Amino acid sequence: MKLKNVLFSATALLAVGTVAATAGTLTVVSWGGAYTKSQVEAYHKPWMEKTGNTIVSEDYNGGLAEIKAQVEAGNVSWDVVDVELSDAVRGCDEGLLEEIDKSILPPAPDGTPAEEDFIPGALQDCAVANIVWSTIFAVDSSKTHGVDSIDDFFNTTDFPGKRGMRKGPKANLEMALMADGVPADQVYDVLNTPEGVDRAFAKLDTIKDDIVWWEAGAQPPQLLADGEVTMTTAYNGRIFNAAVAENKPFEVIWDGQIMDFDLWVIPKGAPNKDLALDFIAFSTDTQRLADQASWISYGPARKSSGALVGLYSDGKTEMGPHMPTAEANLKNALVNDFEFWADNADQLNERFNAWLAK
Amino acid sequence: MSDDTHTGPVLAADGTPLKKKLAQALFVSRARAFALVAPLLLFIVISFMVPIISLMIQGVKNDTFSRNMPLTTAVLADWDTTTPPDESMYAALVGDLIQARKDKTIGQVATRVNRELSGTRSMFTKTARKAAKLSPPYAAALQDIDEDWGDMAVWQAMKVASLKYSPAFYAAALDMEYKADGSFERLPERDRIYVYLFIKTILIAATVTLATLVLGYPVAWLLASLPARQSNLLMILVLLPFWTSLLVRTTAWIAMLQAHGVLNNLFVWIGLTDDDHRFSLIYNMTGTIIAMTHILLPFMILPLYSVMKGIPPSYLRAAKSLGATNWTAFWRVYFPGTIPGIGAGGLLVFILAIGYYITPALVGGQDGQMISNFIAYHMQKSLNWSLAAALGGILLMIVLIFYWLYDKIVGIDNMKMG
Repeated sequence: MKLKNVLFSATALLAVGTVAATAGTLTVVSWGGAYTKSQVEAYHKPWMEKTGNTIVSEDYNGGLAEIKAQVEAGNVSWDVVDVELSDAVRGCDEGLLEEIDKSILPPAPDGTPAEEDFIPGALQDCAVANIVWSTIFAVDSSKTHGVDSIDDFFNTTDFPGKRGMRKGPKANLEMALMADGVPADQVYDVLNTPEGVDRAFAKLDTIKDDIVWWEAGAQPPQLLADGEVTMTTAYNGRIFNAAVAENKPFEVIWDGQIMDFDLWVIPKGAPNKDLALDFIAFSTDTQRLADQASWISYGPARKSSGALVGLYSDGKTEMGPHMPTAEANLKNALVNDFEFWADNADQLNERFNAWLAK
Repeated sequence: MSDDTHTGPVLAADGTPLKKKLAQALFVSRARAFALVAPLLLFIVISFMVPIISLMIQGVKNDTFSRNMPLTTAVLADWDTTTPPDESMYAALVGDLIQARKDKTIGQVATRVNRELSGTRSMFTKTARKAAKLSPPYAAALQDIDEDWGDMAVWQAMKVASLKYSPAFYAAALDMEYKADGSFERLPERDRIYVYLFIKTILIAATVTLATLVLGYPVAWLLASLPARQSNLLMILVLLPFWTSLLVRTTAWIAMLQAHGVLNNLFVWIGLTDDDHRFSLIYNMTGTIIAMTHILLPFMILPLYSVMKGIPPSYLRAAKSLGATNWTAFWRVYFPGTIPGIGAGGLLVFILAIGYYITPALVGGQDGQMISNFIAYHMQKSLNWSLAAALGGILLMIVLIFYWLYDKIVGIDNMKMG
């Protein structure tokens, strides 16, 4: 009798287990804050509703370290991760990421195949881009006036006060060169020479004592709001969010912006690979990418989504002019050269650390 | 007074020689004692010795290149590093690139060589993508893809990377470069960082040790000399922060020291400074030293206290009754007695401070970072685990050197924890 009970409850447990397995749980990792919220609203919720699966959303601060640690330990707990372009390329080369078959991606509504619909560079062997984002700099327009070019960021005589910058060489070196008079299309040619690197560091040197370093994307709007800095570099969506959703008097300066992709990748050996592929195909279709743009001002990675981008979720702000890819914002803009950074990130990071510590 | 009639060994009751019997008995009791400490010994070996040894090995061993590029590694081993590479070497390279591309290990190889010669990463990944379609002569075919394949520097970098065991990472941890011909060269001034950081770390640790001694000595003396009621209360004041989480105490210092924190507000209020010139007490070296001194203070006070407790108060009274002034009595009688405590507390605080990580990470800002923060950086961000291991190995050696110095100067037997 007792044995029978045990057997019965064990079978019941097994049955419950099987049901749970069909309705799976997917761990999706992204950058947190307003950005993750936009993904939850535009991708996660509709996907959960459609498939009946659940998504656990986790935050991280970028980089391949955690993926590498998980893959090498053979204990992968992340299914889908939102990474920068240079990390997507490097992770793929190092065998840390699963290859993604592009035939799973749905075509545009007018029938254009996905390969042609995505912006050039948005599809990589192991990654599918969802957004175009940009590193810009922003000011508090209630306190600082007349700032309109990247030169002003490095001009502490006319615009005194602290500057916020991301703690790392990426984007900072490019901005330094642009402020030093290098045209956008020559920045990486100059940076590829030792003299160019020296020149960029020399320019950073001129404001070194005034820099407050930030690491997480949510910090710069906070620094600006607290008055800790008068200008700060930031991800454009974060400033947009603070300005429009939280009514902060922040202004984005598009001069000298540096554009980059964020892409979905699947760590090698992810526990729910099939679900992950399904999620990626779903979240990067034309409608979903356009939906995301109504939650945060990052440009969709598909051309066909552009026409569908409408109003911000407050129902009155037109999103078009806030996109990094808007015509007016592209006058002096740079596209991040992932190959340059994949090649030189290690050395420039070392150099940057040495520069910072002294 | 020897017994001439009986020269054989002394026998036990059962006839076996007493010496043997005794040895047996001793062996059994030793074995029992060993069995008792065996779990601890095993634990120390597994959790302490093995990780340290593997850390030391990781710092000199890196087989990323030799494992994934076996053909090239073999030809590089015979190469003299100065004659231009011949066709057979190019052929071996192409063979390896094709295989590495297939195994998806090309990125690891490229990263490894890129650490020796920055900018070569994309050469490898780009060439590997096209390698399967190449035809001989390979020297020309490779230089068609990227002319740098004819550059001796690239081959020399591969030679260094191909060594399974090499001092390259220890050299990098000392701001030097290990060359293909086996020589070492100092990095240019602007790229040097680690030697400077090691020196800074030692100086910070020494400053903190000195500060805890100056602050802790009078407290320990009060603890040891006050009547039990007051000293117990004082003891609780020492122990309470000791039991509080490290993170809580560090964060409390942030609230105290920041630009609009308690201390700065007080300074402005009493007119020591004005609103535009608040002191920067945190996110720099000052913050690191203040917070670490507070956190490590109990490690100085407790050994001092236990040693002072053992010095009879009658010694001081005797010295004074023999005509010594207060200062002489302290300096000639009391102080020498507390040296074992100073030694113990000093060594404890110094060794804890030299490897401190979380406090400098939180309050160190730019110039208050210590070497441990850079070890963490190479573990978590740059993924250069071999360099992290080399830095850790050097840190361990520094600690051992200080331990040895201490033993030479003060004598380790002189240390007293209680």
